[in-house]
Amino acid sequence: MKPQDLLRPRPEGLYCPPGDFFIDPVRAVDRALITHGHADHARAGHRAVLATKETLDIMRLRYGNDFAETRQAAAYGERIGMGGVTVSFHPAGHVLGSAQIAVEAGGLRIVASGDYKRHVDATCAPFEPVRCDVFITEATFGLPVFVHPAPEIETARLIASLAQFPERAHIVGAYSLGKAQRVISLLRAGGHDAPILIHGALARISRYYQGQGIKLGRLEPATVEEGTATRAAGQVVVAPPSVLGDRWTRRFADPLSVFASGWMRIRQRAKQRGVELPLILSDHADWNELTATIRETGAGEVWVTHGREEALVRWCEINGIAARPLNLVGYEDEAE
Amino acid sequence: MRRFAELLDRLVLTPARNGKLRLLADYFKAVPDPDRGYALAALTGGLDFPSVKPAMLRALVSERMDEVLFAYSYDYVGDLAETISLVWPAPDVAEQDAPPLGTVVETLNRVSRSDAPTVMADLLDRLDPSARFALIKLATGGLRIGVSARLAKQALAAMGGKDIGEIEELWHGLDVPYEPLFAWLEGRAGKPESAARALFRPVMLAHPVGEGDLEKLDPTNYVAEWKWDGIRVQAVSEGGVKRLYSRTGDEISDAFPDLMDAIGEDIALDGELLVGDPREKTGSFSDLQQRLNRKSVSKRMLADYPVFMRCYDLLQRGDEDVRPRPFTERRALLHEVLPALDPRRFDLSPLVEFTDWAELEDRRSNPPHPVIEGVMLKRRDAAYLPGRPKGPWFKWKRDPFTVDAVLMYAQRGHGKRSSYYSDYTFGVWAGAEDDPQLVPVGKAYFGFTDEELKLIDKYVRDNTVERFGPVRSVRAEPGHGLVLEVAFEGLNRSTRHKSGVAMRFPRIARLRWDKPAAEADRIEALTALLAE
Ligand SMILES: [Zn+2]
Repeated sequence: MKPQDLLRPRPEGLYCPPGDFFIDPVRAVDRALITHGHADHARAGHRAVLATKETLDIMRLRYGNDFAETRQAAAYGERIGMGGVTVSFHPAGHVLGSAQIAVEAGGLRIVASGDYKRHVDATCAPFEPVRCDVFITEATFGLPVFVHPAPEIETARLIASLAQFPERAHIVGAYSLGKAQRVISLLRAGGHDAPILIHGALARISRYYQGQGIKLGRLEPATVEEGTATRAAGQVVVAPPSVLGDRWTRRFADPLSVFASGWMRIRQRAKQRGVELPLILSDHADWNELTATIRETGAGEVWVTHGREEALVRWCEINGIAARPLNLVGYEDEAE
Repeated sequence: MRRFAELLDRLVLTPARNGKLRLLADYFKAVPDPDRGYALAALTGGLDFPSVKPAMLRALVSERMDEVLFAYSYDYVGDLAETISLVWPAPDVAEQDAPPLGTVVETLNRVSRSDAPTVMADLLDRLDPSARFALIKLATGGLRIGVSARLAKQALAAMGGKDIGEIEELWHGLDVPYEPLFAWLEGRAGKPESAARALFRPVMLAHPVGEGDLEKLDPTNYVAEWKWDGIRVQAVSEGGVKRLYSRTGDEISDAFPDLMDAIGEDIALDGELLVGDPREKTGSFSDLQQRLNRKSVSKRMLADYPVFMRCYDLLQRGDEDVRPRPFTERRALLHEVLPALDPRRFDLSPLVEFTDWAELEDRRSNPPHPVIEGVMLKRRDAAYLPGRPKGPWFKWKRDPFTVDAVLMYAQRGHGKRSSYYSDYTFGVWAGAEDDPQLVPVGKAYFGFTDEELKLIDKYVRDNTVERFGPVRSVRAEPGHGLVLEVAFEGLNRSTRHKSGVAMRFPRIARLRWDKPAAEADRIEALTALLAE
């Protein structure tokens, strides 16, 4: 069997003809395998969904109970038959419940990475490399300029700023699923015990994380009335990145905008968004992780998708690995 | 180097002046000598490393990584120093091996052109990306972080609880890395004694005349003189060393060789730098601008725009520091010394005769020369004091010009105001009377209250026509638009602006919600103000 007979791009997403299913389709389909709960990967309206239990829970929180007609939970490592192929889910280290999906038939194994990272993250299971013939890798940060520093160094800078600017509310823009909880968990690990205020958009997901045994400490709603309460001077307020510089921040004391994102590696990105304290903190693999992972999978062929495909394809070329861009559409991660 | 890099990164992204001051003062407090002194030198433009060039760094990178991958990276990042700092393949080097700033500066100071590549590569290997960026910017002289030398000195003053005037006075006698200065600021040693010559003397400044101020003052205690619209300078000569300083103590001698040659011996003068020949013609501020912010001056420039100094005050004569003497005595001494100087380069700013405030008001409103921007009031018995003491000196400016303009574009502000549309571009009508078009004539981002800001912000959001990133264009037609009364200090001709004019210090004086946009001013109202 040729790889493109096992998995191939279609307008709806990555399709497996012998198994008749899609991976992370961007439109409603009959059968979908979902790598993780981020909105650009997990959409509502498919008939049957196969995903990890946590991903199904997160989809339910986001879209309500009837986000799909039937739902099946896959445990990490469990081998599941789908028509003529076998699929299995493996930890991707991206957010809670995130998985890579391995698809096998006729002695050929393709692994679709979904989004992944290799840095330690206390809020989800660590990435497990899976040997394969073809590795489909994401490339959100697929340029040599993206090398994420150790996450605890980044949150230590935030903790230092709280002491240096105690009269200002520190508004941390962080993606509401995964990044927000990771920032909070890192702050706790760094010794920041004070209550953390969270935007309403983060409340349910954070409560779910806590229910899964992830320690986030004391969280309080940030949605106080304008001009009331403490206005959060010297406190951390975690909110979706879209609120940075928005009217919503006006209720707080002299807001200092902080953005936790892999894009913050680039100074101009921070400047354009009016970010005063950039934290380089990402749930995606950086350049070194991408290239190391490609080697670890032992794949003879690499397909590169959503992100900066061309640089990673070039790296594979230099290193004697066959590679091509997959040109899937519909995945973007500007807020990452 | 790590701390310095972090400081630079924070300064670039911190818009508020107070935030910058705190970052600087905290850094100077926390970092030991000599590193902090080198940082101070870097921030105040006191370092120069001619051996390191960007092209050389580019070559170093291409020895270390694939050209295509570098090209993709550079294309994405857009800044060469930043790209190199990010893609530099650093070997695993222990954190503690990172060289401190002092070592880096001393290394760069010594390095020859031929050794520079090896030395830079070795330094880059031992630093993290942020410190690599700081190193490259430092070494190639591209440190642009929105911190003026004055702000750095202000942070020093805050750190040591001193007056900035004291620091400015010492400044030019100090050497990098400023250890005696920090020792004094920390109370570990006395004020540094300076052996340097022709030092800057902190300038005496005036308060604006406020409501009801004059009624409380006795006119017989004061003399008045014209306030000229040039730039305030101090010319100092001592033991053969001659220097020209700006109001904030920055040395600007190199830009004005014509004036420097004419400064006499052992003297310190306070005055206004202007263009022209004082015996015949005093040029406008636009003329003076031809001579500002230039590193070198051509012969042609010297001939077309000669500068001279119109003297207000005398600070030093021979061995005597005359600053403690009363104004009238200093003025008399100034009369004595000026005739010895070249009359093409120095003259005396004339006094304005008056008997009461009403008479002075009348003269202020009808100045004899277009380059006068008001009058100065100086107490006869006042010594020359640094800073802005309340009482001895007042400035009474000509009333600002005003124009009614229409809001055209609004841009998001920074820091505190980043959630508001707070920077406004406004225009006046031009073209045919029956089909007028707005031409932008200026930009202003202050002059309104916080309450008014909220109202304008709402107006902008409700009347947006188009959005371009942080900018919105606002509905502005004869039948619909927001009229802003804009106050400004003067008008220059400008070839860079479509309207042909550029305002000086424009600010929003009033919001004219009541005024129909069609009744805002026309461009002719502005062009009429241009002199000649
Ligand atoms: Zn994701």
